[in-house]
Amino acid sequence: MNSHPRVGVLYSRVRVEEKLLFEAFEKRGVSLELLDDQKLIFDITDVEHHPYQRFDVIVERCINHSRALYSLKILNDQGVKTVNTALVADICGNKLMTTSALAAAGVPQPKALVAYTPESALEAIETLGYPAVLKPTVGSWGRLLSKVNDRDAAEAILEHKETLGSYHHSIFYIQEYVKKPGRDIRAFQVGPDTICAIYRNSANWITNTARGGTSANCPVTPELADICTRAARACGGGVVALDLFEDPDRGLLVNEVNYTMEFRNSIAPTNVNIPDRMVDFCLAVARDGWDAANGFTASDSTRLAAISLADGASA
Amino acid sequence: MALQTATGTAQCPECFAEVTLTNVMQNEIAQCPGCGAELEVIALEPLTLSLAPQEEEDWGE
Repeated sequence: MNSHPRVGVLYSRVRVEEKLLFEAFEKRGVSLELLDDQKLIFDITDVEHHPYQRFDVIVERCINHSRALYSLKILNDQGVKTVNTALVADICGNKLMTTSALAAAGVPQPKALVAYTPESALEAIETLGYPAVLKPTVGSWGRLLSKVNDRDAAEAILEHKETLGSYHHSIFYIQEYVKKPGRDIRAFQVGPDTICAIYRNSANWITNTARGGTSANCPVTPELADICTRAARACGGGVVALDLFEDPDRGLLVNEVNYTMEFRNSIAPTNVNIPDRMVDFCLAVARDGWDAANGFTASDSTRLAAISLADGASA
Repeated sequence: MALQTATGTAQCPECFAEVTLTNVMQNEIAQCPGCGAELEVIALEPLTLSLAPQEEEDWGE
């Protein structure tokens, strides 16, 4: 890599986060090339010419999970370094895949069951007990989460999902309802470091700041840094935002890992320059490669290389 | 190459209010102060706004 890294940003819309990132790159003297995902055409069969290999790294900031996942898959297969990787997008973009990866790594999380028919889903809900939470495997911002309080509600929601939903909604992801203390934790992981965290307070059971939750600084304790680092590594590393619950008996539980993270509401309460830290990581990937930037050991790399992508199952 | 931005006004396609825009980029999201519609900058010269796309099922973080 030369002294002036060539950085591309794959994006859909320029939101507050993208502008802050662009400014952080420009402050380092890095010229960016913006790649609008609405105009992209990939020739995925041309093995001679890989035009995106001119970049030292491409930073993914798409809004659509499917566009992000497929673009990253194509770019990584063509030997282009990206932040994050297709593997991270595949695992984190799908709650079922995330849960399975966290379970394989022994990371504490709320209990979750998966079923494929309304009948087996109802049985799974009753196994967990009421209330339970039904979640779409793909989706964000707290959309289409259902807190199921009793059997009547369960039967109605399952019927609606089967009748009105796309095929994704016939993959029933059922999670225990964790009685959290009016808040959850959003932590920011950049490579091997948990750089900051916020409490998201809300009287509503959905605490997402996109749904009106308010935020305050949360100290990064050794316990929080340990679980976040292990969870991020289980999901392939990179720049991710983790949502955690505080369970009175079990301690911290990882609820979600987000791979195209939003951070606009977290800079002021934490006083941490999140976009600047993201830029550090992206430039480290450009210079040293993914494994080195994440501080992965040889065994981490071997384990992650063995995880094959679900080939579009999650998009 | 520095990223291109523009400053000026454009009309909201929803309520026709004049929206003031400062250092905006192509594809930047803005909100109309008149009707609250979410807008997208679709051109810098001249500054032009369209309604931002509706949220889709796989949108998110």
